[in-house]
Amino acid sequence: MTAAALRLPATVVHVAPRRPWSWVGIAAVLVALVALLPLGFILWVGVQSGWETVSALVFRPRVGELLVNTALLVLLTVPICVALAVALAWLTERSDLPGARWWAWLAAAPLAVPAFVHSYAWISLVPQLHGLSGGVLVSVLAYFPFLYLPVAAALRRLDPAMEDAAASLGLGPWQVFLRVVLPQLRLAIWGGGLLVGLHLLAEYGLFVMIRFDTFTTAIVDQFQSTFNGPAANMLAGVLVLSCFLLLGAEAGTRGDERYARVGSGSARQAPRSRLGRYALWCLALPVITALLSLGVPLLTLGRWLVAGGVAVWQAAEMAQALWQTLGLALGGAVLTTVVAVPMAWLSIRAPSRLQRVLEGCHYLAGALPGIVVALALVTITVRVALPLYQTVFTVLLAYSLMFLPRALVSLRAGIAQAPVELEQAARSLGRTPAQALWRVTLRLAAPAAASGAAMVFLGITNELTATLLLAPNGTQTLATAFWAHSSEIDYAGAAPYALTMVLLSLPLTWLLYLESRRIAGR
Amino acid sequence: MTTLELKALYKNYGPVRALDGVDLQVQPGSRTAIVGPSGSGKTSLLRIIAGFEVPDAGRVVLGGQVLANGAEAVPAHRRGIGYVPQDGALFPQLSVADNVGFGLARDDPQRAQRIAELMDMVSLDAAMLQRRPHELSGGQQQRVALARALALRPRLMLLDEPFSALDTGLRAATRKAVAQLLQSAGITTILVTHDQAEALSFADQVAVMRQGRLAQVGSPADLYLRPVDATTADFLGEAVVLPATLEPAWATCALGRVATHGAHPRGAGQIMLRPEQLQLTPLPAGTAQTALAHGGYGTVLEVDFCGPVSELTVRLLGATGLPPLLVRSSALQTPAVGDAVQISVLGAAHVFPPDASGA
Repeated sequence: MTAAALRLPATVVHVAPRRPWSWVGIAAVLVALVALLPLGFILWVGVQSGWETVSALVFRPRVGELLVNTALLVLLTVPICVALAVALAWLTERSDLPGARWWAWLAAAPLAVPAFVHSYAWISLVPQLHGLSGGVLVSVLAYFPFLYLPVAAALRRLDPAMEDAAASLGLGPWQVFLRVVLPQLRLAIWGGGLLVGLHLLAEYGLFVMIRFDTFTTAIVDQFQSTFNGPAANMLAGVLVLSCFLLLGAEAGTRGDERYARVGSGSARQAPRSRLGRYALWCLALPVITALLSLGVPLLTLGRWLVAGGVAVWQAAEMAQALWQTLGLALGGAVLTTVVAVPMAWLSIRAPSRLQRVLEGCHYLAGALPGIVVALALVTITVRVALPLYQTVFTVLLAYSLMFLPRALVSLRAGIAQAPVELEQAARSLGRTPAQALWRVTLRLAAPAAASGAAMVFLGITNELTATLLLAPNGTQTLATAFWAHSSEIDYAGAAPYALTMVLLSLPLTWLLYLESRRIAGR
Repeated sequence: MTTLELKALYKNYGPVRALDGVDLQVQPGSRTAIVGPSGSGKTSLLRIIAGFEVPDAGRVVLGGQVLANGAEAVPAHRRGIGYVPQDGALFPQLSVADNVGFGLARDDPQRAQRIAELMDMVSLDAAMLQRRPHELSGGQQQRVALARALALRPRLMLLDEPFSALDTGLRAATRKAVAQLLQSAGITTILVTHDQAEALSFADQVAVMRQGRLAQVGSPADLYLRPVDATTADFLGEAVVLPATLEPAWATCALGRVATHGAHPRGAGQIMLRPEQLQLTPLPAGTAQTALAHGGYGTVLEVDFCGPVSELTVRLLGATGLPPLLVRSSALQTPAVGDAVQISVLGAAHVFPPDASGA
């Protein structure tokens, strides 16, 4: 060995100053800019059209009617969902209800049935169901699990010592629930309520079938009759404002209370309340809920499948739809997860004010209804990049914008579990920052990334609105094929597609259910 | 007055027996500590007294009122028993003032005044009233929890390891302050802890709990110096247990003839000494080994310097088959490893009752 080879490199290597932004930051900024496209589009259309056109299109009776419809829908559905979810969560988590674990799973399972399949099931069982009452009924059944899961998780996490302390201060069981337990569930209720509200604003298929007009259904109608008219865009603007109103209302009333258990150590497991002679009455609630939210879809699907016989199973057509759905869902899930990596990494490793703004941009498009995202991408591709109009790229981009929050939330949690010290150790062993991120952090975050990707996959499998508007000609996913059949009142022909979507969603719903239990530490 | 009586309490959790016949009397205004290793059933006992759980069998009587008789039980919120859980369990969404006043009626005109009084009782500044629980230190949180429990002037106060989350210095100070406060308020108190030093210093009466039973109940000094068996002796502190030949007031053992406490039978038995009862005197080098063989002499095997005292392990001469002795000696005059020493005994040895020797 020569003397030169032994010379220490200390004088040669310059330690670069720490720049946490670098290429990761640039990537995150780019993704954030793309995520702002739909909102930017709405603003741009507003400015382009001028005040005259805007006020003429917005201040008319039709918009007022839609506004009243949407407000009533949200104001009725969300409180009913809250009451149902809290009652079910208490029964399954904190009482000795017979078969509580089974009922807990059955309360999460309706998520496996796409909302428009819920309403397909109801409309073919009770054809006269329509309007606000029908919309509220089906919405509650389709969306209450979004509240049930976080509320049940929060109930499991509560420190029962607080309830003991309240009882020792002379509070009876009902008072303990109202003054100690319920306030602790506030964050879960608000968060879940917001999610249900945003879904109500975004949903298309459910309300078309039940013949209830909301902004989303009206926008699609406009789009289909006048293609890219300013009327549809202005309705989308009002819809976006409604979303912001909902987000603002949630943020403004959520409060900044602290709900985490104060103190060290871990809480003991809460004892279950004895229902005694009320057990049978209490059992009625989960039984009726399960019958309405799962029994009705299964019964209707079964009936149509029997009625349709072998004829409805068009093997070639179905195989193609299944193949295309899986392809789009897989591609979308991978793309969404990859574009979420820079932001997730930054928000854990380099939190700052700029990072929070960027992260907010990432969540923004996810909060907007799919129809707004789709409308924006249609217009932009037609005007600016026509070759991209109705291509797989554009539809995957729409999926990524819509489902970015799902991937980001999971990835963040996963990266938070990989301590920075490990990355530093890899750097000290000669890996570049990118190699360290890839070989250490992302390997450790992989399970969380996979569960986030699965959630995106689930979303895309059941996505209808954006797919209808953006998918390349001739593309038929399970959702659009189902929609095509049921729009032609071919309910029997739609049934196999609905069944396939439910079966595809079931394992992922199970995953979601397990995740919510794991977060609660059981 | 409010005497607490527990009679033959039994409680099972599935196949696990948590309480196996517990009897206990607690005098009015006194402080009782229930101490035991984790899993001994002490927390179950406390939760049954509080009314959070119901015994399978047995009675809980407070001041003549039957609170639980088997499965028939007065619910916790009608018992008027104060409870301070581990970590305080303050309501995180409420201010300190609302936490302290939680049990008081919300339209009580005296409410604010009573809250201020309670804060004063637990020596907390009234400026803290508007803070949130997470803005307080661990010791302050415990004081707020105590004030909250005192608000309803409980007949009995239950403390569930309330000091275990605090760090050492704060722990002793908080313990002392709480003991004084409860004593001056004349509230009967039961403390549950796994820390024997805490139990001995806090209480007038200590109950040692083991496998669902109370192994021994008595004054702290009684329990420390006259434990009922070797296991209890070990649990309450380091113990030197030696086989001995007993005669009235005396025992002959590897340390020679040692005075004993109280009445005990003659013949073979076991005696117990605390390490601080043994005293070492260095012997001049060259003392003939044969002269040392008849008891009370040894050689130092190890010296462990611990600051104020040194802990020494000493091998007894002429006593084969006995483990080395643990001796505590002032750090100022510690013999060196290998030194020959004479071992003398301060005070009297305790003789384990023959039927209860758990060794």
